[in-house]
Amino acid sequence: MRRSRAETDAGHMKLSRRAALLGGAQLLFMGGLAARMRYLQVDQADQFRLLAEENRINIRLIPPVRGEIFDRNGMQLAKNVPSYRIVMVREDAGDFRTVMLRVADLINLSPEQTERALEELSDNSAPFLPVTIAEDVSWDAVSAVSVNTPALPGVSPEVGSTRVYPRGSDFAHVVGRVGRVSPKDLEALENPDAVLRIPRFQIGKINVEAREEALLRGVAGTRQVEVNATGRVMRELERREGQSGADLQLTIDANLQNYVQARLSGESAAVVILDCEKGDIVANCSAPSYDPNLFIGGILSRDYDPLLNDIYRPLVNKTVQGAYPPGSCFKMMTAMAAIEAGIIGPDETVYCPGHLEVGGRRFHCWKRAGHGWVDLETSLKSSCDVYYYDLALKVGIEKISAMSNRFGLGIKHDLALSSVNSGLTPTKDWKLRQRGEDWVIGDTVNASIGQGFMLATPMQLAIMTARLATGREITPRLIKSVNGVEQPVKGNDPLDMRDSNLRKMRKSMYSVVNDRRGTAYRSRIIADGLRMAGKTGTSQVRSAVVNNSQVPWEQRDHALFVGFAPYDAPKYACAVLVEHGGGGSSVAAPIARDVMLQALYGGEPPLEAYPTADRGRIKTQQRRLRDVKPDARIKKGKDQA
Amino acid sequence: MSYLEYTVKSVPTGLRKVLFLNWPLVLLISAVAGAGFLMLYSVAGGSYSPWAEPQMKRFALGLALMVGVGLVPIWMWRNLAGVAYGVSVILLIGVELFGEVGMGAQRWIDLGFFRLQPSEMTKITLVMFLAAYYDWLPAKKTSRPLWVLLPVLIIIVPTGLVVKQPDLGTAILLLTAGGGLMFLAGVHWAYFATVIAAGVAFVAAVFQSRGTDWQLIENYQFRRIDTFLDPGSDPLNTGYHIAQSKIALGSGGWTGRGFMQGTQSRLNFLPEKHTDFIFTTLAEEFGFVGGMSLLVLYGLIILFCIVSAIMNKDRFASLLTLGIALNFFLFFAVNMSMVMGMAPVVGVPLPLVSYGGSAMLVLMLAFGLVQSAHVHRPR
Repeated sequence: MRRSRAETDAGHMKLSRRAALLGGAQLLFMGGLAARMRYLQVDQADQFRLLAEENRINIRLIPPVRGEIFDRNGMQLAKNVPSYRIVMVREDAGDFRTVMLRVADLINLSPEQTERALEELSDNSAPFLPVTIAEDVSWDAVSAVSVNTPALPGVSPEVGSTRVYPRGSDFAHVVGRVGRVSPKDLEALENPDAVLRIPRFQIGKINVEAREEALLRGVAGTRQVEVNATGRVMRELERREGQSGADLQLTIDANLQNYVQARLSGESAAVVILDCEKGDIVANCSAPSYDPNLFIGGILSRDYDPLLNDIYRPLVNKTVQGAYPPGSCFKMMTAMAAIEAGIIGPDETVYCPGHLEVGGRRFHCWKRAGHGWVDLETSLKSSCDVYYYDLALKVGIEKISAMSNRFGLGIKHDLALSSVNSGLTPTKDWKLRQRGEDWVIGDTVNASIGQGFMLATPMQLAIMTARLATGREITPRLIKSVNGVEQPVKGNDPLDMRDSNLRKMRKSMYSVVNDRRGTAYRSRIIADGLRMAGKTGTSQVRSAVVNNSQVPWEQRDHALFVGFAPYDAPKYACAVLVEHGGGGSSVAAPIARDVMLQALYGGEPPLEAYPTADRGRIKTQQRRLRDVKPDARIKKGKDQA
Repeated sequence: MSYLEYTVKSVPTGLRKVLFLNWPLVLLISAVAGAGFLMLYSVAGGSYSPWAEPQMKRFALGLALMVGVGLVPIWMWRNLAGVAYGVSVILLIGVELFGEVGMGAQRWIDLGFFRLQPSEMTKITLVMFLAAYYDWLPAKKTSRPLWVLLPVLIIIVPTGLVVKQPDLGTAILLLTAGGGLMFLAGVHWAYFATVIAAGVAFVAAVFQSRGTDWQLIENYQFRRIDTFLDPGSDPLNTGYHIAQSKIALGSGGWTGRGFMQGTQSRLNFLPEKHTDFIFTTLAEEFGFVGGMSLLVLYGLIILFCIVSAIMNKDRFASLLTLGIALNFFLFFAVNMSMVMGMAPVVGVPLPLVSYGGSAMLVLMLAFGLVQSAHVHRPR
């Protein structure tokens, strides 16, 4: 197709017109640029020249004050103490290496410290930000630097603050700890807060300190200052105040936590105590623990290696990170699934001959001779296994898993703690998906007594017990208040299960502890109105049944106990786990009784609460545990003037 | 096709073409680049390394590239326009899939010897393709909805890919250049009025979306807008740069502090003093006179392009020249506005002056096209 000359010319005319128009618009914009240039360079020149001549604007960050952490009674768990440090602004120092060596000489820094400071100073990204070159220095060093300012351009002493955990090892697994921002931390954030770029700035690393970082950190303020050629601040131009971090109050009772932690010493164990009214976690203990103060400012390998290599794993918070087979403590779930489904009445009996044949395989009861005819209550108190095998075969794994989910097992609870484990309530689907295998009937049998694939954390077991005790959907709460504002209590709605069934369950658990033939009878509480109900558990780590004392520690059974008290008006629910401790009734239940009495009395209980036979032994134990101070190596403030 | 209307006879052939290059334009470009070398020499503290020397080598290569491209007949380039556009879109998709991430955005493909930035390339190929499109399209149809929709799609596809990188600055440049070309081609006023109204509505929507799940742009882009509106809100990052940039500029005064005498830009407060913020150094050392001179040089480059385009009866050549001039204008207009605190800080370099290979070579290639259009204009 050919265009006519006229059309082409018309098109070109239009193009030229529009080109001229657009060109005009561009010219106009350039005029605007020129005007702006004139305004900045001619009209405002004097002002800018003044700013530029000998003084320059420098921006300094005012680090926010980190929020402090308290227990439910206002006892301090994490606080800030002032510390002196020496900082250098690199672009003011000129030859920063020479200046750094002068400082090192003046205040006797070790070669490593000097090396590290030089390394941080060599970072080119923000030469206008102060870099900490010496931390936690004495008042003498501060004065030495102040006196020699003229010889040390860009160097100045600063008062900062550092974190201290006065309760030391008691709260390592709750409060956690802070540490310096690492390059890895920075990479993980899409757009890190400018304050994080201050070298050696401390942020939460684990547990509450890390999970509530947003609340605790606060917002940095800034000050615009004029500095002269040597970096000395001439005057402050503008100040934007930052915002301190929020103070947190935890639901934990520090005294109780201290007692429990002491009671667990020597064991690899975990204890959770929940308040049955609001779900408050009043104690969350994992033993052994460690002193978080050691980590602040960098831990030495001489302190770290023993922690890392200990087979009792002190760095792991076993209450929420450890998932264990719940063993017989799970039997309540199997029973609830069956009686809620109406498959068996609580009073109907099942015959226990000491074993059950399922699919050509023989599943034993722990008592080879059998328990005879048992109903719910007798089976629970003597911890008969066959009764639960039978129930599970009738009700099926799906209903058992669904029921345990409603009691908080197999669910990742939202807690301000690190690495919360969700445990596991297996289903047919799960096994097919995860293992590529079909569910077999033997799996159901194992699951019915909390073995096989079934896994729960001590925290989940405590939640389960609290829900059984109250019939309400108790949801754990760790943060009681933020800046004095009470945090909402979540869940707490009725579980919507038949009341008679729940009552029967509680009564059976009462028998476990208070009936002469109950597995936890020796750990009963005899004080009126404070009676405890519960369930023991001994979960197998290996398959063959051998005497515990004859196998190495890491192959012994886990000892468990869950319980609540007082029986008729539940106030606390607890879960006790002793890793490879042996029997639930002999190891876990006595710990549960001691910690529950301590919680119920709000301090050391009178000997009258214990059965007469135990009082002598308990008295010695009480004397031993009285005033065990938490392990805390807090550096003393250095000779401050 | 329209080209065949004219006689090709008088178009120079062979190496004689060199005499018919738009030499004033070559001189202007060299003058601007020369100013760039001076500044790079100065910010390095009076040293050819690390910036001035490589920049000079690149410019020499760029000049050769420009002449080479300029000697190739313009109709060859027109026939290649579709292919060039297609390749850039494919590379943009490629960079999305395999690109290197830099500054939080996927922007380049590492070819080993050279980092290819498809978004840079697209600035030229988009204009080329649109010019070819309007050359092919009969003038009567220009404003018919269907024929307007097509170029809109041609613009939207690469723009969308660039936004995804995410590189908002380049996306805005692409959009503006594409829209400008449609305007030049004679698309009816009403379309532009509608789009501008919609644009205003979109900006409102972007701000409404902030903090919701369907947030339309990235957080860092929001923060840049915040910083623009209130530089004090982020005093350690971009706000700091803008504040210091203004002091440096302002302290230059009428005639500046003299070559290599700038104190503000010499102190290392601007990490990008040799790239995006190089204008501050120039303005500090040569003052208002120096800044204006650069602006006048830029203006003359634009002017010569416009004159060359109006004199050229070939529609493709004319549109291409104007499109490239518009692109060039957008570069320095956005950069200067940003440095003088009139626009948000988006990563746009000062053309021919800022240190950087990709941008320089692409620009010289574009001017090669302008030269080709000039040399092969119908006479």
